[in-house]
Amino acid sequence: MKLSVWTYEGPPHVGALRVATAMKGLHYVLHAPQGDTYADLLFTMIERRNHRPPVTYTTFQARDLGADTANLFKTATQAAYERFHPQAMIVGASCTAELIQDDPGGMAEQMGLPCPVIALDLPSYQRKENFGADETLFQLVRNLARPMERTGHVTANLIGPTALGFRHRDDITEVTALLEDMGISVNVCAPFNATPEDLTRLGAAHFNVLMYPETGEAACRWMERELDQPFTKTVPIGVGATRDFIAEVAEITGHEPNLDDSRLRLPWYSASVDSTYLTGKRVFLFGDGTHVAAAARIARDEMGFEVVGLGCYNREMARPIRALAKDYGVEALITDDYLDVEQRIEELAPEMILGTQMERHIGKRLGIPCAVISAPVHVQDFPARYSPQMGIEGANVIFDTWVHPLVMGLEEHLLHMFRDDFEFHDDAGASHHGHKAVDRKAEDRPGLAPGPLSHPTEDPQPANDNTSITWLADAEKELKKIPFFVRGKARRNTETFAAERGMTQISLDTLYEAKAHYAR
Amino acid sequence: MTDGATPLPAAGCRDAPVLKQRGQHEVFCGLTGIIWLHRKMQDAFFLVVGSRTCAHLLQSAAGVMIFAEPRFGTAILEETDLAGLADAQVELEREVARLLERRKDIRQLFLVGSCPSEVIKLDLARAAEKLSLQHAPHVRVLNYSGSGIETTFTEGEDACLASMVPVLPDTDERQLLVVGALPDVVEDQMLDLLSKMGIDNVKVLPARRADSTLAVGPNTSFILTQPFLGGTLAALGKRGARHIPAPFPFGEEGTTAWLRAVAMEFGVDITLFDTVTHAPRARARKAISQAAEKLDGKSIFFFPDSQLEIPLARFLTRECGMTAIEVGAPYIHKGVVGPDLDLLEEGPTLSEGQDVEMQLDRCRAAQPDLTVCGLGLANPLEAEGLATKWAIELVFTPVHFYEQAGDLAGLFSRPLNRRAKLRLEAAE
Repeated sequence: MKLSVWTYEGPPHVGALRVATAMKGLHYVLHAPQGDTYADLLFTMIERRNHRPPVTYTTFQARDLGADTANLFKTATQAAYERFHPQAMIVGASCTAELIQDDPGGMAEQMGLPCPVIALDLPSYQRKENFGADETLFQLVRNLARPMERTGHVTANLIGPTALGFRHRDDITEVTALLEDMGISVNVCAPFNATPEDLTRLGAAHFNVLMYPETGEAACRWMERELDQPFTKTVPIGVGATRDFIAEVAEITGHEPNLDDSRLRLPWYSASVDSTYLTGKRVFLFGDGTHVAAAARIARDEMGFEVVGLGCYNREMARPIRALAKDYGVEALITDDYLDVEQRIEELAPEMILGTQMERHIGKRLGIPCAVISAPVHVQDFPARYSPQMGIEGANVIFDTWVHPLVMGLEEHLLHMFRDDFEFHDDAGASHHGHKAVDRKAEDRPGLAPGPLSHPTEDPQPANDNTSITWLADAEKELKKIPFFVRGKARRNTETFAAERGMTQISLDTLYEAKAHYAR
Repeated sequence: MTDGATPLPAAGCRDAPVLKQRGQHEVFCGLTGIIWLHRKMQDAFFLVVGSRTCAHLLQSAAGVMIFAEPRFGTAILEETDLAGLADAQVELEREVARLLERRKDIRQLFLVGSCPSEVIKLDLARAAEKLSLQHAPHVRVLNYSGSGIETTFTEGEDACLASMVPVLPDTDERQLLVVGALPDVVEDQMLDLLSKMGIDNVKVLPARRADSTLAVGPNTSFILTQPFLGGTLAALGKRGARHIPAPFPFGEEGTTAWLRAVAMEFGVDITLFDTVTHAPRARARKAISQAAEKLDGKSIFFFPDSQLEIPLARFLTRECGMTAIEVGAPYIHKGVVGPDLDLLEEGPTLSEGQDVEMQLDRCRAAQPDLTVCGLGLANPLEAEGLATKWAIELVFTPVHFYEQAGDLAGLFSRPLNRRAKLRLEAAE
């Protein structure tokens, strides 16, 4: 038993739902109690889908448990077939139905329905959402795909994009364009917008593009083995990764590498002088393994940030993420406990977080800017505009998205220069964010009147428990003059500096000695 | 009362036939109630004993995760708990001890049963008793079921409140007990109206904090503010308290009828009653009339959801001029909604329970002007061209009593207004 407040992943049947909802012509019969239907709103509200997910829930109640839940399942399955006439069906149990052991797969097989019926065995008390999606796609592919003659020209399948994925809709467009530039067309994209009939044609492609290992790796490995289709290992998120992806595709197909980078702006935007202020910004990364790995490379090599910590919530990616962390000289955090993540962020006190919607909330509480790089998703992660993460446009989108939460370059300089100005003071916040700038009252301006020396709510509390160290009034006052976006770090560094030297008081001198010590 | 009142229907719906179908129920389970209960009871923690699905439901239904450490959480059952390798009772005690250690502000802890905990027959009543002894007097531990196999959406609140009734102290005082979780601002308005009528000994269940002076006994009369509290009604009856049946306080008419039922029970002078209610009644009617312009003559179709459907159909047909085509409710408890059914003119299909596919067929065939449904159905129906109102907003928004009557009507007119405002075609 484990106490959980918020979860990064839903149960595995939600993963199956993401596959079913992404597809057309497939129907999912889920043996589940009343209430599990909440999952529909993930798709209709968060993703704004204009149709119901293709799922029938048996919605059994307590009184059915004593009677005949098995029969309820059969009736629901029969009714679903007759109403929707799907090309194929998947059947399975949610966590509660798993306990009553009705065997949906066995029952559905006996019913002799006139379409393929694929049983899903998703252990609800061991695994989670990503596994559920990966396993569902794998079972669909294993049951429907067969070896067949390859297409005349070189084609690829795109594997992994699901409903409720982080920017999957737009990544498909971008990857399709990357391949087209190399004279390769898409045979089948699955599960997104694929029908079960489409899955029977998977074998005609020359290779597979594994877009998201979280949801497509098992299927790709099976196709590599059974259909003799190699699959790409590079996820083309970021400039370097996109170039590597092109090289990998060239090697698999024998085609000349070709990348139209005429619209690629990230490298110049990063090199231009306004971006100087990005140098060495300390960032913490958390999300699914794939997006974190891609984001770490962009952060360090393409934005010039310093990666101070990284981790992922999906245990399946623990190994590669640990190896990656070693490369970056940091310790990986592999956990699905959101309080652990919050604690690590507090300890590291980064200047920016690249995370999920969960970390966005953490950032809000700690006063640290955050950009979202990974699922779990939120209604904001389905923008109306074209907004991929992969390929050329993905790199451009990432540059804009990551820079947006920060105070802009020139503005940062102005804040340093005019730190006591009534308009340019740091309580005003970044000028391009929506909230109202508040004029600082005269009595709060340092030097004009004796204001309160410290607002306990304003500064992040020191993470290291330096309760024995006191700030002298002068030093505290000076600290207040440091712009808000670096004040937390300055406080922390100074306290660490003092603690390491066994000092119990921080004076103005200590503050500036610490500043010199940590100067980069 | 004659001023502006709608005449009583020739025949109400109390004895109308009820359509009962059994198929997929597109409804939340009772765990959802935790989302508003934990805000209302400020020193209570709700610990769901369940699966990852339960945690995911709470997170998804609550929308964004705005609280760092909300006063609810899920003790997620794992393989070892199910296989009997770990003694689930011992595990639970350990998790509770850790939680209470970290959260000193908690005075009441609810162990909330879920589908999996009930299927494996985890005895939460025994666990609650044992934990109560361990953590008394600082923390009181109670249990109830919010599982989907036992409860539908708002029934979770009913189960929670009912679990508190047996442990209330006894009292012989003559008092009014108002039952149902309302936003504080609405509760204060209600207490003010009652006080002006001279009814001052009023208690509210649930109380805002555990250390309230809430008690119950044979001289207690109680009235419900929400139509989903049948279990709590029965539990209070067992304690000797007397139920005051009344229509629910939605709209001007419902609020007046509700207050009048209380006034009669407590022998309030009719002139005083009229004096106290006159001004807010007029205000409510005025506020409703603005939204009602858009609603007048429009048809409405209710999918079963929050259990508020019957009282709301009464309000919308009698005070806003709408026509009800179908009024679906998860279940119909005539001891609770009888007075509302009496006022609802016969004609609409009354349905209990659900086969969502067949109900969607009826809805599409009827082409109502407005459909009230859950979040899973709203966007798909909008995409088919039907205007919808999400039912969940009705339990999250202050809608009770006079001062909210206009807002309540506004919740229904807003989707129609919005459709009228959007002009997405070419100008020609």
